[in-house]
Amino acid sequence: MTETIAVKADRLYKAFGRRPHEVVKKLNAGATRDEVSGLGTAAVIDASFEVRRGEIFVVMGLSGSGKSTLIRMLNGLLDATSGTVTVAGQSITGISAAALREVRRTNISMVFQHFALLPHRTVIDNVAYGLEVQGMGREERLAKARTVIRLVGLDGWAESLPAELSGGMQQRVGLGRALAADTDVLLMDEAFSALDPLIRREMQEQLIELQAELGKTIIFITHDLNEAMFLGDRIAVMRDGRIVQIGTPEEILTDPANDYVAQFVQDVDRARVLTAASVMEPVRSVVTITGGPRAALRTMRDLQTSATFVLNRDRTFAGVVRDRDVLGQVKAGDADLRTIVRTDAISVSPDTPLVDLVEPSVGSDLAIAVVDERNRLLGVIPRVTLLAALGNVSTNTGDLPVIEPPATISVSVITETLRDTALEGADL
Amino acid sequence: MNDFRLPLGTLVEGFIDYVTETFGFFFGFIKVVFDGAYEFVDLLLVSPPFWVIVLLAAGLALATRGWKFMVGSIVGLLVIVGVDQWENAMDTLALVLVASLLAIAFSVPLGILAAKSSVASGVIRPVLDFMQTMPAFVYLIPALILFRVGVVPGIVATIIFAMAPGVRLTELGIRGVDREVVEAGAAFGASPWRILRQIQLPLAMPTIMAGINQVIMLSLSMVVIAGMVGAGGLGAQVVASLNRIDVSLGFEAGLAVVILAIFLDRLTAALGTGDTPLGRIMTARKRRAQQALAA
Repeated sequence: MTETIAVKADRLYKAFGRRPHEVVKKLNAGATRDEVSGLGTAAVIDASFEVRRGEIFVVMGLSGSGKSTLIRMLNGLLDATSGTVTVAGQSITGISAAALREVRRTNISMVFQHFALLPHRTVIDNVAYGLEVQGMGREERLAKARTVIRLVGLDGWAESLPAELSGGMQQRVGLGRALAADTDVLLMDEAFSALDPLIRREMQEQLIELQAELGKTIIFITHDLNEAMFLGDRIAVMRDGRIVQIGTPEEILTDPANDYVAQFVQDVDRARVLTAASVMEPVRSVVTITGGPRAALRTMRDLQTSATFVLNRDRTFAGVVRDRDVLGQVKAGDADLRTIVRTDAISVSPDTPLVDLVEPSVGSDLAIAVVDERNRLLGVIPRVTLLAALGNVSTNTGDLPVIEPPATISVSVITETLRDTALEGADL
Repeated sequence: MNDFRLPLGTLVEGFIDYVTETFGFFFGFIKVVFDGAYEFVDLLLVSPPFWVIVLLAAGLALATRGWKFMVGSIVGLLVIVGVDQWENAMDTLALVLVASLLAIAFSVPLGILAAKSSVASGVIRPVLDFMQTMPAFVYLIPALILFRVGVVPGIVATIIFAMAPGVRLTELGIRGVDREVVEAGAAFGASPWRILRQIQLPLAMPTIMAGINQVIMLSLSMVVIAGMVGAGGLGAQVVASLNRIDVSLGFEAGLAVVILAIFLDRLTAALGTGDTPLGRIMTARKRRAQQALAA
């Protein structure tokens, strides 16, 4: 399935210094980075990953972790000392300079940390640069560049020089230049790091919008974990030239591969990264609407809760019933739960960030229901689980005691009621 | 021990003799070409009446720096006319133009080569040091042997003496271009030649122009020394006044050199910044036209 893989790196090594190949050989034989430092600097060690088409793949690491070297090997700006890079099914390691230029023109473009605009050219000529290199005629490329300028929100600045623009706007030009080249893959090297925080957030949001609209494959380098978590479909964490973990933001947050990653992620704004799906609990207190009030009452007695979730026959989420209401119904001999189901229970979709759950959770004594797009109940988030997840009490939320709203009617009363009414139901 | 002596001088002399005998036709060819180029430029400068040249210079001055420089240039050039050194000054200017154009034609490509390859840089640098610090008069000797008395040995010696800053500043300028911008060119698939032409040279231009400015200044100073080998112009006047202890002629010829130097220096320095009155007008006009087109 090469078609779904946009960029593939296989056992990439990059060493600088006088004898790079010897460095790689030693590393392969099990030497550490420090042990080979006499021969040269190992910038990237044994990096392998696959970037899927249409994905935002973030490489995150502190400065000196080798991430900039890594991204420069993906478009051949730096030669890999060992290993292969495959772009759009074509290996770019060891090919001729002309063939490599062709790959860069048609398959892979780049956005730079300090924008790297041509200062002597206007915005529109900068945006059209990739097209110019591709050999497109002047009229055609300027027309195309105008469309891209509108797309990145620089209308009216086409004839300005880069120096007349603010940092954020300059990076929009950089982004526009990469988008105009119309390659499937975009490399972004610390693209937003030089911008101030408000502009950075704005650019991140715009990037996600553009990505959703254009379906580009984006490989994004950053040292900012929050940025990585916000943008990344998957994140590769690098340390000292090695990739220490690859996973979704949630996997990295909830299941760090080692202490380094764990330490790294402890400052992350978990509320924005974790979603309802990642912290929800299996539903225990649940009845089907056709099961009747007696089944509901028994469930609540067994679990010692004061409410239970109710599902329709097609397993979709109907609401909640309270113990008092059910007890009353059982006593009255009514058998239809539908009349007492409360629909005011809060339900959210699985990809809701935790930050949006705090307020509803505080306002309700019931657990929050998590439902999928067909309204089927996937799980529940009791308040204590939410707090534990936000406070990073434990990465394994399954061990936490689940406290449903405590029973308001004593067990003996329920048992008695059930026995008294057993004649009609005959199921106890 | 006292008998020991390094025969360096003799060796070089032998080498020059050998070169003269073996490649005489080649140097003859160079002599014809340089002579022709000089005669042509000199004819252009000397044959029209002086006020045509003064007006041309004034126009250049206005376009590059504005009216103050224009007034200064007119006054300066009229002073040269006033001390009766106009024709000598034009001879010298022709020498400077030919020699510095040739020096630039050699030094800029060499500078580009040095910027692209560290090996080339390592070879070129000590040669430049040698060329720049060897006393200028010394070049005149082999040049005299190879080209005989006249304009050509002066031009050749001037080229050798004046090339160094052209090479150095070109290399410096290109190496000083923001690495990321060059990377950007490469990342979009531009060839090395296109990167050089569209990114490195334009961005290095202020530094390269500073080098060219230095080349012209050094040419001017060397051209005066070249008066000793019969290169004519103001140099010949200076040499003559030195021989006759003629203070008044010496001062007048010297002053003419200074005026030429200031004019050429300010002119090329303004070109180097890229910010000239004419350039501003052109940019504004171009931008208006593009905005009209976009609207």
